[in-house]
Amino acid sequence: MELKTKVAAEDGRQDLLITREFDLPVGLLFKAYTEAGIVEQWMGTKVLKLENKKHGGYQFETTDPKGNKHGFNGAIHDFVPNQKITRTFEMENAPFGVQLEFLEFERLTDGTSKLTIHVVYRSAALRDQMLQLPFKQGINMAHNRLQEIVNKLK
Amino acid sequence: MNLRRDVFQAIADPTRRAILLLLATQTMTAGAIAANFDTARPTVSKHLQILTECELLGQQQNGREVYYHINAKNMKQVADFIEPFRQMWDDRFNKLESIMKNYKSDK
Repeated sequence: MELKTKVAAEDGRQDLLITREFDLPVGLLFKAYTEAGIVEQWMGTKVLKLENKKHGGYQFETTDPKGNKHGFNGAIHDFVPNQKITRTFEMENAPFGVQLEFLEFERLTDGTSKLTIHVVYRSAALRDQMLQLPFKQGINMAHNRLQEIVNKLK
Repeated sequence: MNLRRDVFQAIADPTRRAILLLLATQTMTAGAIAANFDTARPTVSKHLQILTECELLGQQQNGREVYYHINAKNMKQVADFIEPFRQMWDDRFNKLESIMKNYKSDK
């Protein structure tokens, strides 16, 4: 079965591409990105600010299971309804700096649409750190599999 | 040898990534691989040794020559490190899709 969400991250590059096709008209897909109440539901975050306009900004806040709050924010550089959002993204109190995101919304048919997110990091090393950051568990899983294979060889 | 860390360290080096790319479509001897780099032959040998130790490369004796090949199974594990990231976005987008489908039928 083909994966619905794809991530292309070539070795040694400072960017990556996320693509996904939806069983939704492009208008509804876009709305999911612009209405605070809906963003909160699918991103699992609190929306403190969301200004959907050129030169606007946004601010999100998530609370982890321990009750710690984590802030995220960015500036909206360009905003074209049902077509594109160009924005920055930064994790507050983290050493990763800012990343640039190009979101493109595309109508495929009346009832289907495609989202392409091109994310650009300051360096290839930063990209790889970010990719690994919240996913320690996944990496551990890969390591455990590797360990299993090694154990069998013993 | 700390195998668990080495696979990911192995691909952090640009020369080693270039070696893996070279071997993606063919098997090659150490000499043929080294001919593609400006670095000294012993340096390339060291890279080949590291890649072999963490089992990204395998060796096969063919007459007097030793040919290197990619160990595809372990390369897949390298690709796996973006899989959790992909999975997270897939979960989020699935949620988005179901929320918006309800949104549509609410109207």
